[in-house]
Amino acid sequence: MDGMAASDGMDGTDGMDGTRGTVAGGDELIVLEELEKVFRVRRRAGRFRRTRSEVRAVNGISFTVRRGEMVGYIGPNGAGKSTTIKMLTGILTPSGGRLRVAGIDPQHERTRLARRIGVVFGQRTTLWWDLPLRDSYALVRRMYRVPQARFRENLERCVELLDLAELLEVPVRQLSLGQRMRGDIAAALLHDPEVLYLDEPTIGLDVISKAKVRSFLRELNAERGTTVLLTTHDLTDIEQLCRRVMVIDHGRLMYDGGLPGLYEAGAGERQLVVDLEREQPPISVEGARTVRVEGPRQWLAFPAKASAAPLVARVAADYPLLDLSLREPDIEDVIARMYASGDGGGDGPRAAEVPVAG
Amino acid sequence: MRMSGLYRAVAGSSFRRYATYRVATAAGVFTNTVFGFFMSYTFIALWDQRPGLGGYDQAQALTFVWVGQGLLAATAVMGGGFREELQERIRTGEISIDLYRPVDLQLWWLAVDLGRSAFQLLGRGIVPVVVGGLIFELALPTDPLRWLLFGCALALGLLVAFALNYLVALMAFWLMDGNGLNMVSNLLGMFCSGMVMPLTVFPEGLGTVLQWLPWAALLQVPADVLLGRYAGGGAFAVLLFPLLWAVALLLLGRLVQAAATRRVVVQGG
Ligand SMILES: Nc1ncnc2c1ncn2[C@@H]1O[C@H](COP(=O)(O)OP(=O)(O)OP(=O)(O)O)[C@@H](O)[C@H]1O
Ligand SMILES: [Mg+2]
Repeated sequence: MDGMAASDGMDGTDGMDGTRGTVAGGDELIVLEELEKVFRVRRRAGRFRRTRSEVRAVNGISFTVRRGEMVGYIGPNGAGKSTTIKMLTGILTPSGGRLRVAGIDPQHERTRLARRIGVVFGQRTTLWWDLPLRDSYALVRRMYRVPQARFRENLERCVELLDLAELLEVPVRQLSLGQRMRGDIAAALLHDPEVLYLDEPTIGLDVISKAKVRSFLRELNAERGTTVLLTTHDLTDIEQLCRRVMVIDHGRLMYDGGLPGLYEAGAGERQLVVDLEREQPPISVEGARTVRVEGPRQWLAFPAKASAAPLVARVAADYPLLDLSLREPDIEDVIARMYASGDGGGDGPRAAEVPVAG
Repeated sequence: MRMSGLYRAVAGSSFRRYATYRVATAAGVFTNTVFGFFMSYTFIALWDQRPGLGGYDQAQALTFVWVGQGLLAATAVMGGGFREELQERIRTGEISIDLYRPVDLQLWWLAVDLGRSAFQLLGRGIVPVVVGGLIFELALPTDPLRWLLFGCALALGLLVAFALNYLVALMAFWLMDGNGLNMVSNLLGMFCSGMVMPLTVFPEGLGTVLQWLPWAALLQVPADVLLGRYAGGGAFAVLLFPLLWAVALLLLGRLVQAAATRRVVVQGG
């Protein structure tokens, strides 16, 4: 079995060398080839009958992430994001396909890989509930065998950037959600991982905490070159952090590219919310349509690609404008539109809708 | 080598964690002591009727009672150790966090459990035995060697207790709801360790079988070592019994663990 693993590894490096010439700075850290995960579930159907069905949580996904990239991995609930991340960390066995992280097969060498990756699951904590934050970090240091000096340096940096100084002596159970999340992110980084997986790291955080977490991640990626794979339902996370975004649904990769391209693929619309001096009939201006009127407030939808400036000028010229604001489409909206827009994408063969069994 | 530092630290933090549960500790000590009284009066009545029952005189039988109460929490025969915690982590998927760490799951939980037992031995074990010793006439030895042997038997017994609980806990990967299994396991633990009644008291066939089962390592063997039922070399030889069970059960635990993490699903998003 060892022999097989070794020859697999060689294949992996051969492949990488092949592409290194063509991709600028190409150093593929994460490689997925037709990765699949099928859950077999048994459900009750009627009083005595039980039916077996399959949930294809990840249904043939291929992508590569290069060293130093910061990638958003998004999709609606149940799309298969967390399942993918679990396979990437080696805690879930793929049903098919091939997977390499830093040349390692996660499932076979989970423990070896664990030293090189950091993981933050937004809904869970790696910290010890009854221990002060500082003690949790001391355990992490031992677990990953971080040299004392290195550890002190990393901890200092995290404490400063994530604003943890006041919290170090507090037992984790007394921390608020946002404080705990910052504590968790620090814990995942004390051993200088090459890759950081973040599964909804900003879930439930207030604006200030979100901003802190984002600027920290941006710095981490820029200064340390840490590769980051980020799952979120908050489009702002993606906008502020990721140049590349991957969208999945029903376990299939629907889009892989830049954020502007995503808006185009989704034929997204933005909304201009205007407050007029008084109630008026629906505004009619070129390049936008009024979708909602509520007293003196009106909502105008226009293509996401278009600039808002001329539209604002036109409205201001013709109507008694008091105030205005711009609403970006949210991620679910963009994704929903992407499906509605049909098979336009052109990013490789898109699967016919795969009905999720059960 | 450096990893042993980790497991020591884990055991240490587990010890400190249980040390913070002061009310639970006090309540536990109280319960064990009260229970010790009930059992003592029952045993006194019984041994008055049947002197020498099971090969013990009355003082030895009472020693059995109080040592048993002292070890009840440390051996976690009635639960209350790491078992429920591990089951809950498996059920909710929190186990994923333990799995993506560069540590060995079994050693990790062993360290957690030994830290806990060490605390509960001190925090919940000593007081009941002292109270029992003040009120009743016990047959506690003065020979330090015998206490040393008792310490060894106890340490091995705690390993066996862990190994058994670990196996039960791992079943949560397949069963999801471990409550039923826990109840069976608690019942077996109480009965087969000698907590209810020394195993030598049972009718010959049943008694012999019980004395060969791993649970005997939790109380029967350490108590007999303390009471000096094994003389000379026999006292060392009897330590082989918990040692072999510990090794066998820990190895079995590793096999089950490998199977569990290989083909079983981690729950939850
Ligand atoms: N243990 C499991 N057993 C059976 N089905 C599962 C299991 N875990 C996940 N699934 C199914 O796999 C699919 C993908 O789940 P996953 O948790 O990966 O979604 P997600 O993209 O992370 O969603 P969310 O945004 O809600 O976190 C879902 O349909 C889910 O029901
Ligand atoms: Mg998820």
